[in-house]
Formats: sequence, C-alpha cells, structure tokens
Amino acid sequence: MNPPVATPFFFYLLAGTMLMGGILVITRRNAVHSALALIAALLAQAGLYLMLYAPFVAGVQIILYAGGIMVLFLFVIMLVNLERVQKERQFNKQWLVGIAAAGALGGLFITIYTKGKGIFLDRAMPSGLEAENTQKISVLLYGQYMFAFEIASLLLLVAIIGAVVMAKKRI
Amino acid sequence: MQPIIDYITSYLNSTQTPGAAGNFFWAFVYILLVFLGLSVAVIAMNWLERKILAHMQVRLGPMRVGPHGLLQPIADAIKLLLKEDIMPAEADSFVFWIAPFIVVLAAFTVFVVVPFGPTHAITDMNIGILFMLGVSSLSVLGIVMAGWASNSHYPLIGALRSSAQMVSYEVAMGLAVVSAILMTSLHGLGLYGAGSAGTGDTGTLSMIGIVAAQQEQHVWFVFKFFPLGLIAFFIFAIAMVAETNRAPFDLPEAESELTAGFHTEYSGFRWSLFFLAEYSAMIAVSSIAVTLWLGGWLRPFPNLLHGTTWDLVFNLFPGITFLFLAAICFYSTARMPKHPYFKIQTMGLAGFGALLALIGFVLFVPAVFVRVQDIYWFAMKVAAFMYLYIWYRGTFPRYRFDQLMKVGWKILLPMGLGLLILTAVMGMRSELQHWVASIL
Repeated sequence: MNPPVATPFFFYLLAGTMLMGGILVITRRNAVHSALALIAALLAQAGLYLMLYAPFVAGVQIILYAGGIMVLFLFVIMLVNLERVQKERQFNKQWLVGIAAAGALGGLFITIYTKGKGIFLDRAMPSGLEAENTQKISVLLYGQYMFAFEIASLLLLVAIIGAVVMAKKRI
Repeated sequence: MQPIIDYITSYLNSTQTPGAAGNFFWAFVYILLVFLGLSVAVIAMNWLERKILAHMQVRLGPMRVGPHGLLQPIADAIKLLLKEDIMPAEADSFVFWIAPFIVVLAAFTVFVVVPFGPTHAITDMNIGILFMLGVSSLSVLGIVMAGWASNSHYPLIGALRSSAQMVSYEVAMGLAVVSAILMTSLHGLGLYGAGSAGTGDTGTLSMIGIVAAQQEQHVWFVFKFFPLGLIAFFIFAIAMVAETNRAPFDLPEAESELTAGFHTEYSGFRWSLFFLAEYSAMIAVSSIAVTLWLGGWLRPFPNLLHGTTWDLVFNLFPGITFLFLAAICFYSTARMPKHPYFKIQTMGLAGFGALLALIGFVLFVPAVFVRVQDIYWFAMKVAAFMYLYIWYRGTFPRYRFDQLMKVGWKILLPMGLGLLILTAVMGMRSELQHWVASIL
C-alpha cells in the first residue's frame, strides 16, 4: 500500500469547500445557485469519506446524493417561478432560536473534543482496509446485521408505497 | 539522476496498475495516453459516424476535405474553435460557463478505472464500477445546468427531458449491473459445466476483479446462467443508449422538436465540449458493458485454446487488423479518379495506407504485441458497440416521451428485478452443487 500524500492539504481543501458550500446554500438568493453549492458541499464530503478509507460510502454519496437526489431537487427548482421568490424575504427573524441551537451544537462539539479523546483513534488507520472496504461492509450488512438491514429496506418500501398512495387520487 | 531513473524503471516489472503500485510518473503517462487515445477515438468516431450513416442512406458522406473526407473532423474542429463565442444576454453567466466543463469532466474522469488490460489501467479501485456509475451520473447535472442557464425555452425543455430520462434509466441499468456483480461471487463451473471451479468469494466491485472473475469462472458473464446473463446485458445495452442521449432515445436534443435541446444556445468551443463529452460518455458506457459482460481485455477462448501456438495466433490479430485497413486504403487509392485534380488526394490516401501498414508491421514485433494485445481486444469490443450506436441511429425512429418512460419503468425495471431474483436463485443452486461436490 502507498502512504497517504499531503493529507492535511486535502483535508483543509475539502473541509473549506464544504464550509463555503454550506454558507453559499443559505446566502444565495437564487435557489438554483443554492442547489449547486449544496452539490459542491456533498462532493467535498465524499472526498472526506475517501480520506477516511471508506471508498464505498464515498461512492454511494456521489451516486445517491450528488447524482440522484440533487438532480431531482434541481428538476423541481427549475419549474418554480424564481422571480416571485426573489422578492420574498430570505431569512426569518428568529435570531434567538438560531443562536440557541448553534450554541447547543457548538457546546456538544467542544465537549466531545475535550472529553471524548479516549473514544477516537489517535493514530493512523491500519493500512489495507481500503482494499476490501466494500467486502467488509457487505459481510456485516448481510451477515451480522441482516435482520436490521432487511427491516430498514422494508420500511423504505412502505414509505414509497405510502407516497404513491397519498400523491395519487385515483389508483 | 540515478534515483529518478530507478523510480521510473522500477515499475516496468510490476504486475499492478500504476495507481496500485503508487508510481506517479507512470500514472501520469497513462493519464496522458488515455486522454490522447480518447481524443483520437472521438475524432475517428466523428468521421466514421458520418460515413457509415451516409452509406446506410445510400449517400457518399464527406468526400471533399482530404481523400474520402478523412480530414473532415480536423476541419470541423478548426471551424468550431474559430467560431464566435455567443452567450445569451439573459443567461446566468457563471452556470452557463461552467456547465460544459462539468459534462466533460464527468465523461473523462470515469476512464481512471477503465481496465484496458490487467495492468493497463490508471488505477484499480475497490469501488470501481460504483465509481464509474456515480461519476457518469454527474453528467446529467451539467446538462440540467446548461439547459437552465441558457434562459430559453427549448434548452429548458431539453434539460427537463434529459434529467427525467437519465434518472429513470439509471434504475434499470443499476439492476442489470447488480446481477452481473452477483455473478462475481460464485464458484464458476463455466458454460455447461466446462472448465474448473474457480474460487468463490465475497465478490468484487473492482473493474479488474470483475474481468478476473470471468476468467476464473471460464465464462463471459453474458453467457453465464444462459439466458439470464444475456437478458441483463440486453437491459444494460438499452439503458446505456438512453443514458447517453443517443438515437432512438435522443429526445433531449430532438432536432425536429427542440432545435438542439439543452445545447441550443451554445456555440463554438463550448458546443464542441458537449460533443466531446457525448462521444467519450458513449465510449465509457460501452467499456462498462464490455468489462461486465464481454470479458473485458480477455481474448476469445483464453482457457480453451491456450498454449504457445494459440497464443501466437491470437497475438497476430492486431497486426493483421492494421494490415487489412492498409489494404483497404491501397485498394481505394487504386480506384481514385486518374484526373490530375485528384493527384494530391491520391497521394494522401496512399500515405495514410502506408502509415497504417507501418503500424501493422510494428505490431508484429513480439515485444510490442505481447504488451498491446489486451488493449487490442478491449478496443475491438468497444468498437463493436460504437458501430451499434451508429447502426441504431441509422435504423430506429425516435421514441415518443411517454413510450420512453413506459419502456423504462414498466418493461425494463420489472425485467431487471425478476432477473436479479432469478440470478440469485441460480447462483444459490450452483453454490449448492459445488458444496455437494466438495463433500462427496
């Protein structure tokens, strides 16, 4: 296996892209621009998964979020009349709730960062994990967690059927 | 100096791809080679498509620029680069500007994992096929952006059609791919039980691993569990035409209804990027089909007809192919009109034939043909698909949009689901047979 190359550089690049994307999503007036910024953030996230030696999750992230869900998002946004939206107020005046929520989340992060060091690995991951990442996940999903996995898929099926039933008047 | 030379030569005896061996120099060289090869293939496809379509319609096609129009693609490229670059006044300039680049990036990036041979790939990823499907599904984003940013009616309708079509056919395509991946995990007994049992494992998503599994199981997956593999291949072959927006599924750019669909407002260099992306996406999906079902770089009958004699026979194919092309060139040279106006064209065609013959002779050198024969077989299989694309375009009338959706959701999707279940059942059966045989 090859040693990782320029890890801090790529980490800061991807993290910076993600943060920029996230900020642009909420500050852009044009909904299509927001969606595109969200796609950039999601792709940067896929890059971070790759850095964590989880190529399978990265691949699923690209194919599901960036390639599937966001295309449907754009599909809907393009049909919305954007001119009317641009005249509306962009932010609700809920400073207090926003600050409280952000403060709570920040506090949580700080607590975990200071007190939870024992939980996380503080050294590099053992190499070679990347080469059989998919196989390991498949063995876990279809072996140890098979029951939970099948129930989750059943739940999704029920959700799909429910959506069709509720959306369609005459079946 | 010496460490650099050592670094470069150290890869030469490697049995891995440059990406896996961690050799940046050779990875870079491979990237350049793939880029160059793709560009040449797109240029060749441009000429071949016009020529073959013309002959299917009893026309001559391009004949003026160069002998038999051979220089036509180059003339077209120069014309496109010199054209004025127009951007609509009401267009969203940033999105309009970036859309063609996204389409091109998505179409070219997938070639990182395409295996032209056991070592002839830029790199081999654990998630190879997932990466290819994921990145190629990003190209629809570029198309949607192009259609929306043009701020015009036809492009918007084209983009809407395109996104609906690509998202629908991705589902059927994914199911067909999954049934092929399922086959990689089995102990193979080959077609009709011929050959030896391979090693059953957890299966693989790696492009090189998929081809290796076919070699181990002594069967191309298109023939495995006949006709299940064939049906999966069939579903993929239909879905991939819809994914690349080609006839008879070219509704997003239906010229009789939408002028040119999502790229109506593009011109010059930007338009040529869409053109480039369309053709390299066609090559990319064809390579997925070849890798998954047609044995990738494997030559016909690698296990049945082996030994030094057969190896030599199959190794001679690349050279013979080029000599055959050269022979066609020389035959056409002899048939050129004898009028002095055609003197330069005749000389040019003879020169082109000589070049092809030279390549053919170089391919007879043992050191060369051993290294390129896997690339040759891969390219020949992909070329067959490219011909099919042109053939479809010359043959089938365009689908209506409701027909397109019906084919995707009501025919291909249930077929794919049933096929996946049947493949799993047949796989269990063959695994049980193997298990019983190992006990007795």
